[in-house]
Amino acid sequence: MALNLTIAVASGKGGTGKTTVSANLACAAIEAGHNAAYLDCDVEEPNGHLFLKPRISHIYPVGIPVPVVNEEKCTKCGACGEICQYSAIVKISKTVLTFDNMCHGCGGCSLVCPAGAITEKERPIGVIEEGDAGGVSFIHGRLNIGEAMSPPLIKAVRKAGLHGNLTIVDVPPGTSCPVIAAVRGVDYVLLVTEPTPFGLNDLGLALDMLRELGIPGAVVINRSDPEYNHLAHDFCRERGVQILAEIPDERRVAEAYSVGELAYYAVPGYRKIMQQLLTSVEREAIG
Amino acid sequence: MKEIVVISGKGGTGKTSLVASLAALAERPVLADCDVDAADLHLVLEPEIKHSAEFSGGKTASIQTEKCISCGKCFQLCRFGAVSKDESRQPVYTIEATACEGCGVCSYFCPENAIDFKSSVNGRWFISDTRYGPMVHAKLGIAEENSGKMVSLVRSQAKIIAEKEKLDYILVDGPPGIGCPVIASVTGADAVLVVTEPTVSGQHDLERVVELVRHFKIPAYLCINKFDLNLETSINIEKKAMANGVRLAGRIRYDRSVTFAQVKKLPVVVAIANSPAAQDIRATWDNIMKIINNEECR
Repeated sequence: MALNLTIAVASGKGGTGKTTVSANLACAAIEAGHNAAYLDCDVEEPNGHLFLKPRISHIYPVGIPVPVVNEEKCTKCGACGEICQYSAIVKISKTVLTFDNMCHGCGGCSLVCPAGAITEKERPIGVIEEGDAGGVSFIHGRLNIGEAMSPPLIKAVRKAGLHGNLTIVDVPPGTSCPVIAAVRGVDYVLLVTEPTPFGLNDLGLALDMLRELGIPGAVVINRSDPEYNHLAHDFCRERGVQILAEIPDERRVAEAYSVGELAYYAVPGYRKIMQQLLTSVEREAIG
Repeated sequence: MKEIVVISGKGGTGKTSLVASLAALAERPVLADCDVDAADLHLVLEPEIKHSAEFSGGKTASIQTEKCISCGKCFQLCRFGAVSKDESRQPVYTIEATACEGCGVCSYFCPENAIDFKSSVNGRWFISDTRYGPMVHAKLGIAEENSGKMVSLVRSQAKIIAEKEKLDYILVDGPPGIGCPVIASVTGADAVLVVTEPTVSGQHDLERVVELVRHFKIPAYLCINKFDLNLETSINIEKKAMANGVRLAGRIRYDRSVTFAQVKKLPVVVAIANSPAAQDIRATWDNIMKIINNEECR
């Protein structure tokens, strides 16, 4: 059976090692002979390119549809302002004002307009860059600075990455809309945590989110530390979640990270951990 | 009254640990945890909840199955993929609450009025007492949205408390990233303190977050956490930040006491007062006070 898997790497808390795990896992996938894709869905602060160093071959903008009002056709009935839940279009005395950065692009105003006075134009919110990183299909989104709405761009990154038989999705931190946009529909989620109270509290929130979405997943303990590891093990036992890998807290790994090197190639022993993690994920996600 | 917002761009650079320590150093500040979808400040400050209320940021649509005639209009109109179609029998349409954007288009155009569109509870927010001062915090519901609105609510409540109790500082623990909840955290603040680390990711993310605060014209100060892990990168970061009008407020040494303090549920300046990190955080706070008070004189 040909493999066709999408694995998301998430965490709840930021800075636990999502990008490290997903980029290095992509290296393991290539070595294992998979047609692998890496999707950086942390469009607010994408970092995967700093490690995978892709050759970008294709750049294109992503936008959301916002209304354009034809003043001549407009009868000033105000129906557009009534349907809009985001105060993005408002009738004020004898004119209709639009606020593009409030608009979610639902299309309600143009549908409801009885005079057919509302058309739509694309308002750019960011770009997608695609390329190749040593055999890995690389795709990331970059949200424009000052732009509040990341989910449409995240969805576009996911859509752009529909090829490859093993897709690894690097998820933004947190547990709300951007995270949901990044993980919806994936086959399996790896939750990267560190064995600290903050890491585990946010891991708990991420586990709640996965349960709500009905997506299976397991935990990767990053920067595992003999002094505090029991905290993570106790927590995972209580929550009934499996630990698929433990990555030791090594200075060499932190150094590689700090200069943008992939630990997979730079740190002896790291390759083995990632290869085993890949095997475990495939087993768990398919089984 | 001054509102200081701590953000970072990149997650995990030490925002919450720093805010917890600043809470202990500032004399009775109001604390606001605006990282509402992964809040951690309460783990250190152990707030005693005095007031709690529901938060509703928007509406959610849901189909009343008994009224639905399976016409598929909602499925066709929803641009957010929130309406799913079960084709095993006569098509059955349902709305996934976690995918619903709350636009109301489906409900408005349903020919049978079979779609409810009601205010939904997206979380809870709290006013609490801590050892160091009052705290406003919140918990976004599981897989909920509207974090930006929730952040605005937390900040406005913190402001009300600071005004009522005549407190000098509001310390805001902000979310990572540069999107909606971050924008809601920084707009109109007196100062933003950006915490970063000397890594390529930290540097890259700092550049984007600095551009964001410049975009909103908010004075920004820099704090490099674990700065001694890579001095060269730290110096580069400082130079770049200064070239962008961001002043250096502090450098904090890498120190395992920070994790120790977190496990002990204490700010590091309280847990091990003479540790390197604690010394550096005190110096950072002194700098911030100096800078902010000087700005006032001008």
